[in-house]
Amino acid sequence: MTATVIRTLLSHWRSHRLQLITLLTGIALATGLWSAVQAINTEARASYARASAQLALGQFDEIQNSDGFIPIETYVALRRDGWQVAAVLDGTLRIKGRSVRIMGVDMVSYPALPAVTEAEQSQAPPDPADILTDPGRLLMTADLAMLFDGAEGFPPVLTSTALPPDLVLTDIGVAERLLDRPGQISRLVILPDQPQGRTPLADLAPELLRSSPSAQTDTAQLTDSFHLNLAAFGLLSFAVGLFIVHGTVGLAFAQRRGIIRTLRALGVPMHRLIWLILTELVLLALIGGLIGLLIGFFLAGALLPDVAATLRGLYGAPVEGQLSLRPAWVASGLAMAVGGTLAASGHALWKLSQMPLLSGAGLQAWGNAAAHRVMGGVGLLLLVGAGLIYLSAQGLLAGFAMLGALLTGAALLLPLVLSALLAVLGRHAKGPISTWVWADMRAQLPGLSLALMALLLALAANIGVGTMVSSFRLTFLGWLDQRLTSELYFSAEDAEQAALITDWLNPQVDAILPIRNTELSHETGPLFLYGVVDDQTYREKWPLIARSPDAWDRVMQGEAILINEQLARRADLWPGDILHLTSLQSRVIAGVYSDYGNPTGQAIVSMRQLDVLAPDTPPALRFGIRLPEVRAAEMAQKLRDQFDLPTQAVIRQHALKAQSVAIFEKTFVVTSALNVLTLGVAGFAILTSLLTLWTQRLPQVAPVWALGLTRRHLAGLELLRSLLLAALTAVLALPLGLILAWVLLAVINVQAFGWRLPMFLFPGDWLRLFALTLVAAALAAALPALRLMRLPPVHLLRVFANER
Amino acid sequence: MSVRVFLLALWLPVTAWAQGYAGLGGSAEGFDTPDPDYVFSFPRDHGPHPSFRIEWWYLTANLTGADGQDYGVQWTLFRSALKPKEQEGWQSPQIWMGHAAITTPDQHFFDERLSRGGIGQAGVSAQPFEAWIDEWHMRGDNFDQLELSANSDTFSYDLQLSATGPLVFHGQKGYSVKSADGQASHYYSQPSYDVQGVLRLPSGDVTVTGNAWLDREWSSQPLASDQSGWDWFSLSLNDGHKLMAFRLRGGRGDFTAATWIYPDGTTATLPDGAAQFEVLDTDEVAGRNVPTRWRITLPARGIDVEVAAMNPQAWMGTRFEYWEGPVRVSGSHAGRGYLEMTGY
Amino acid sequence: MLLTIDHVQKTYPGGRPVLKDVSLVLDHGQTLALTGESGSGKSTLLHLAAALDGFDGGEITLDGTPLSGLEDAGRAALRRQTLSLVFQQFNLIPSLTVAQNLSIHAQIAGRHDPEWEAHLAQHLGLGDLLDRFPENLSGGQQQRVAIGRAMATRPALLLADEPTGNLDETASATVLDLMLGLVADTGTALLLVTHSLDIAARLDRRAHLSGGQVT
Repeated sequence: MTATVIRTLLSHWRSHRLQLITLLTGIALATGLWSAVQAINTEARASYARASAQLALGQFDEIQNSDGFIPIETYVALRRDGWQVAAVLDGTLRIKGRSVRIMGVDMVSYPALPAVTEAEQSQAPPDPADILTDPGRLLMTADLAMLFDGAEGFPPVLTSTALPPDLVLTDIGVAERLLDRPGQISRLVILPDQPQGRTPLADLAPELLRSSPSAQTDTAQLTDSFHLNLAAFGLLSFAVGLFIVHGTVGLAFAQRRGIIRTLRALGVPMHRLIWLILTELVLLALIGGLIGLLIGFFLAGALLPDVAATLRGLYGAPVEGQLSLRPAWVASGLAMAVGGTLAASGHALWKLSQMPLLSGAGLQAWGNAAAHRVMGGVGLLLLVGAGLIYLSAQGLLAGFAMLGALLTGAALLLPLVLSALLAVLGRHAKGPISTWVWADMRAQLPGLSLALMALLLALAANIGVGTMVSSFRLTFLGWLDQRLTSELYFSAEDAEQAALITDWLNPQVDAILPIRNTELSHETGPLFLYGVVDDQTYREKWPLIARSPDAWDRVMQGEAILINEQLARRADLWPGDILHLTSLQSRVIAGVYSDYGNPTGQAIVSMRQLDVLAPDTPPALRFGIRLPEVRAAEMAQKLRDQFDLPTQAVIRQHALKAQSVAIFEKTFVVTSALNVLTLGVAGFAILTSLLTLWTQRLPQVAPVWALGLTRRHLAGLELLRSLLLAALTAVLALPLGLILAWVLLAVINVQAFGWRLPMFLFPGDWLRLFALTLVAAALAAALPALRLMRLPPVHLLRVFANER
Repeated sequence: MSVRVFLLALWLPVTAWAQGYAGLGGSAEGFDTPDPDYVFSFPRDHGPHPSFRIEWWYLTANLTGADGQDYGVQWTLFRSALKPKEQEGWQSPQIWMGHAAITTPDQHFFDERLSRGGIGQAGVSAQPFEAWIDEWHMRGDNFDQLELSANSDTFSYDLQLSATGPLVFHGQKGYSVKSADGQASHYYSQPSYDVQGVLRLPSGDVTVTGNAWLDREWSSQPLASDQSGWDWFSLSLNDGHKLMAFRLRGGRGDFTAATWIYPDGTTATLPDGAAQFEVLDTDEVAGRNVPTRWRITLPARGIDVEVAAMNPQAWMGTRFEYWEGPVRVSGSHAGRGYLEMTGY
Repeated sequence: MLLTIDHVQKTYPGGRPVLKDVSLVLDHGQTLALTGESGSGKSTLLHLAAALDGFDGGEITLDGTPLSGLEDAGRAALRRQTLSLVFQQFNLIPSLTVAQNLSIHAQIAGRHDPEWEAHLAQHLGLGDLLDRFPENLSGGQQQRVAIGRAMATRPALLLADEPTGNLDETASATVLDLMLGLVADTGTALLLVTHSLDIAARLDRRAHLSGGQVT
């Protein structure tokens, strides 16, 4: 019996191939986009975990100095009190225009590092004496080693497969020389076995802070928001894909009601049928899921390099651009496919199981006015919930919960709103055909509502994310103009060369602005303190978003400090508040400046104050040069020639801007790609819904045909109807998208990146999107309309013959 | 695996001494070599000799607690130079290693420390004398009055040392030959410290008294290529005499040397073969067979004694491993002392 | 007795009583025509006898099995093993061929007999149509497939609900002749619902439903 039933059930797909393809495509798209995002996130997180393990990060308590670095004398004092600590000096080195992280550890006391073990067990293990004594050795990945190939002034390189990308591991003695920070230690790792009777840290070195591994700002934490962002996008795509599945399964089940009823009349028990259909769904889900995983894998592979670049650029997070296939990912992808398919078909399956044996075999619209009212009610509640979340809760998760409630609520409300709109518009209809068209459109709504909901979500997401990115872009470009004011920038190799160059330049240019900074730590994380000289450039151009009167005067007089927006929002410090810089030093905040593109806190004081606050700040090696723009190119070349500087040591403003913009664009490549894909899926959902409706349309169209309308006329009306519904949905999506954009800019961004962006409106983009929607709707409606136009009249006639 | 294992290789020179690494024994590779005509100068020579590859300050003590129980204490600071040159800061080629241990009849506690030489975390100064690594130290206004301290997560001790006799020079005026090929070291001792102090053990604090023996030795070419390890004895006999005797085990035969120390501190250097060593019994320690009961005869001095480990399990499971523990002497003479065995 | 309908009552939810007190018997090999006005409940009675629907009072016993206590699985088993149905709407599976439709009930019942099915196809004049799909058949042809499907299980009881109701006169006559012939040849009992007295006259016995009772 089972074999016969299976054959009978499957025979349906043979005569409805397009439906089968649609169903599989829906499952595959949902699974594909979701699992692509998952793969990217998993890969990135695995990279962080690997990096942490490779560098023994996050396993031990650490000691840091709120005043900046820990002097070597303090380290020795701790050691001589019995504290078993290992010294680490971290820093960043620019080589051939690329930032490379240097991690110098005391190789004698630092805990287990896989890279060192690997070197030790290699064919030709390095002599430890070479690593510990001058000139030392640099350990890095083979990729990074290519960057060092031919670079002068560096110790010999040993390659390792057990290190994160863009990181150089070396002995602390080498690192302090490379970073020009002799006698400095960034942090001390507290080793596991400590002797008895040590003096408490607070007595021994009150300026030092001990932090547990969880409190250390690590990459995984920093990038959490980014990954949550991606995950939310993946989930949205998944939901949109499931709309397709829901629609197709609903139709397939409705069409098979007759078969089911006949099979039951022939003696097949209901529960057996349900189980077989369930099995069929799971199988289809697995097939669709596998295709989806294939799509997801390649999609993730295509997107990962950009994501890696973004994460490195934005957070300095070590992500490799290579994707690996993980069994857990495959399993979870298939589980999502099966779970999603069953969730999307649950309703249809349940209705089938409740179907009385003797009810009619005809098709029923799934969804009716009563259901729409219930949905609308739930939607309204969700919208109220979104408002409540905004008023009461804080944090990134609350932000996303609010977004979810907003989008779901609006989607659920859509059919009711559309129905009301159509009723209002229909009231002005004149003539029988026009009246029929409006009434028929309302009658059609239930069947189309799911697809229209998917369209609404996709459009709103598109408008919202598009507005966010474009607003960000606009703000960022403006900010770059303010921030990159010098016509030329140059980097010197050492303080001596810097002095020579500035002396030489001074009489020839308007101003030389040193860029000098040191790293301190604040309770909210690392804090970079910059010193600036008093120059009109800063007073005129620096992008302050909040300021007290005479902000710059007070900064230059040494009374006050400027902080960046990230620090201001994180620590809730605004002009007039006090910033505690070190255990002894604090300053009044005179202003807050916007600072995009880095996640860490920053502050600005006058150059003299920098030496007061952090006397060990290394001398400036990078400088901005103000001079008339027309002389910039010539001066750059003169500078290179005079001091035999490499090309990238002198860079012009527009080149620097171009670099910054390129990094910015890369940041949003993934977002844009997902955005477009989601819209594509929504378009496909409309197509499937219209194709679904098509089979139900004949009985409704036939009487009108019989009344004297040509098939061409009818087809035209069909097309018009789809366009109108899509247009109405698009119009409704606009306010929703703008609210979404506002939430992204004012809530999510603040939580995720620490800056709030002004919102700009881009009506041109909306028009383009609107047109795109109409084209998609027209394309989707074209196939059914074409079919109607070419339908042999006998089929329309048969409607009457078959009518019961 | 850990970086510490990797660092084992750093100790090749020391390891060579301890475990007889072939090939390193003969060559000094730019380091200074011991000179038979060298004239010691104090307090300078209590301090380090960085132009030599290896050096140590090696103290062992036989103690008796207020509880009547015997204890052994070890405190050692090793210096190893990676290269024959000097540099300030982290990149100094001087690497220091400290070992400390307390041995009871049925327990053995030990710990070790490792440090770079150029930053002040470890080192030795001659006057006033201080040898230190982290919080461990051995220091005093002069070499005769020292305070000794070591500390770990399970034990610690603080001892006062007071010399009761003169320094003793081994071999030819402190030039101690280690093989028939002529490998040698500079080697002197202070074998007569009175000790009092306190040991802090997991079972509680114990006040102790006793005596200690401090060895000073430095060299650059410690072992002959065929030598695989050594057995070293420092014995204090109840009649006031002391004996330092060692055997370097070699493929071409053993090489032995001994110093007989009279109660007044005068010495007699005994040539290769004068002392005879016979293993009476072994114990399985840390997975290997280690001699723990010996017969030592010195026919010229009428000595025929049995030397037995107080605790056969006194294994130093440090980066490079060896046996080091207190011994009891019986037979023709009675007494106590320390035994060190490497290369097993 | 093959089928005993004993004081059966049936009321649709919220509606008037359709069957008030109906009693009927049908023995092996007998044919019985059930006539009545539209809405008299004759189709309902047939559905009750086919174990497609439950009743509110009385008892129906089919081949010794009382239907009142049966769950869905038991009813389904009876429909597989003991009876077959022919509907006015044919109810063929549109995605299966004529041949597959012919054998589907027998296969579900575990009584697939290719020779017998071939004989039925031959007898019903379907020999040339076996590879076609139902949508390409005329109504008469579809109903002949439905009769073949029903008879393929060699049921003890055939229940037919207005089998010619959707057919023109010529087709009706052919279908009825073929069905009655097959029933007679195989000794199958037949309960046939019809509003046509002419058709009813061709069967062994007749019962008329009116006002929810047999009159």
